[in-house]
Amino acid sequence: MSEEQIKNLEEQFEARIARDEKIEPKDWMPEKYRQTHIRQISQHAHSEIVGMLPEGNWITRAPSLRRKVALLAKVQDEAGHGLYLYSACETLGISRDVLYEQLHSGKAKYSSIFNYPTVTWADMGAIGWLVDGAAIINQVPLCSTSFGPYARAMVRVCKEESFHQRQGYEIMLKLCNGTPEQKEMAQDALNRWWWPSLMMLGPTDDASVHTEQSMKWKLKRKTNDELRQQFIDQTVPQADILGLTIPDPDLKWNEERGSYDFGEIDWDEFWQVVKGHGPCNKERMKARVGAWERGEWVRDAAMAYAEKQQERKEKQAV
Amino acid sequence: MGTKNWPLWEIFVRSKNGLEHRHFGSLHAADAEMALENARDVYTRRNEGVSIWVVESKNITASNPEHNGEMFEPAQDKVYRHPTFYDLPDDVKHM
Ligand SMILES: [Fe+2]
Ligand SMILES: [Fe+2]
Repeated sequence: MSEEQIKNLEEQFEARIARDEKIEPKDWMPEKYRQTHIRQISQHAHSEIVGMLPEGNWITRAPSLRRKVALLAKVQDEAGHGLYLYSACETLGISRDVLYEQLHSGKAKYSSIFNYPTVTWADMGAIGWLVDGAAIINQVPLCSTSFGPYARAMVRVCKEESFHQRQGYEIMLKLCNGTPEQKEMAQDALNRWWWPSLMMLGPTDDASVHTEQSMKWKLKRKTNDELRQQFIDQTVPQADILGLTIPDPDLKWNEERGSYDFGEIDWDEFWQVVKGHGPCNKERMKARVGAWERGEWVRDAAMAYAEKQQERKEKQAV
Repeated sequence: MGTKNWPLWEIFVRSKNGLEHRHFGSLHAADAEMALENARDVYTRRNEGVSIWVVESKNITASNPEHNGEMFEPAQDKVYRHPTFYDLPDDVKHM
C-alpha cells in the first residue's frame, strides 16, 4: 500500500470513530491503534489476574461463611474479568501464551496497586471499597470505547463490579460498628489504601503522555485528574458514614469548585512501585509464575486426553 | 513450556428460551467438553444462560470487511424489498 493510501485509510478510520462507529477485529486499523490496544487491554487483563492474589490471601481466613463465599465469588469474578479481557485482546492477533509470557517475564505491566500487602481482614474491606471503587471509575467510560470486543468485555465487567464494591464497603461498615479494635483496624486499612487508590487513576494530566490520542480513540473520556477528583468527591462522604478519617490533612471542601481540595500525591512512590520496587512486586510474580508452572502438567494431560479421545472417535468412525 | 496450547473456542449463549444464542466471547480449552464447562464458569456465573454452544474458532469462516462493498451493497438499491416502496392511498387500512 502506498503512503497516500494509508493516509487515506487512516483518515477514514478516525472519521468512523468520531462518528461513534465501533471498530471490529477484522477491520483495517492503523498499526498504532492495534499496538496501543494490545498494550492497554493486556495490561488490564494482567491486573485482573494479579489482582486475585492480594485477596486470595484471605479466603481461607475469612471470619464467617458469609464473608468467605462472597470473597471467593469476588475473586472468581476477577479471574473471569481477566479471561474476558485476554480473549478481547487475542482478537487483535496476539496469542494467549505470548500475553502470559509478557506478564511472567516482567515485560508487561499491571496495576501497581496489587503490589501492596494485605495484612489484616480490614484490607478486604478497603480493597473492595476503594480499589474496586477506583476501578469502576476507570472502567465505566470504557464501556463505550471504540474497539468493539473491549467495549463488550467492559460492559460485562462493570455489571459485576458493583457487587465487589458493596461487599467491601459492608466489611468496613461492620468493622466500624464493632469494637474499638475493629474500628481501628478499618481506619488502619483506609490509611494504607487511600493514597495508592488515588494513584490508580493514573499520573497527573501534565505527566500523562497518552491522553490526547487515547481521547480520540475513546480509550479515555475524562482525564486522569478529572477521574481522580470524581473518585475523591464520591468517596469522602462514604468515609464520613463509616466514621473514618481520610488520611489527608489537606483534604477540605471547596465551596467554589463544588469539590474537595486534596493534598500532594507521592508520585515517587508510584513510580518506584511501577518500576518493580513496591513491597510485593517480587512476591506477586513468584506466585503467578509458580501457579502457571505447577499447572503445566495438568494442561498437558488435558491436551493429551483430548487428543486420545479424538483418535478413538476417528477410529470408531472407520 | 507445554507441548501444545489449548485451542481457542467461540462461546454462544442463549440467555433464555425464546431468544437466539448470542456470541459471548471466547476461551481456551483442551476439548469441546471442557470448553462447555469453562464457558459455564466464565460466562454464566449469574444465570446468564440456559444453553451454551461452543465452536472451535478455527472452524468459523468469516466474511472479510474489506469486501463489504461487493458483499452487502447489492442490497442497498433494492428499495422494492421494503413495504414503504409501494404507493397506496391513505384510506386503505390494515396494510
Ligand atoms: Fe475486575
Ligand atoms: Fe472487582
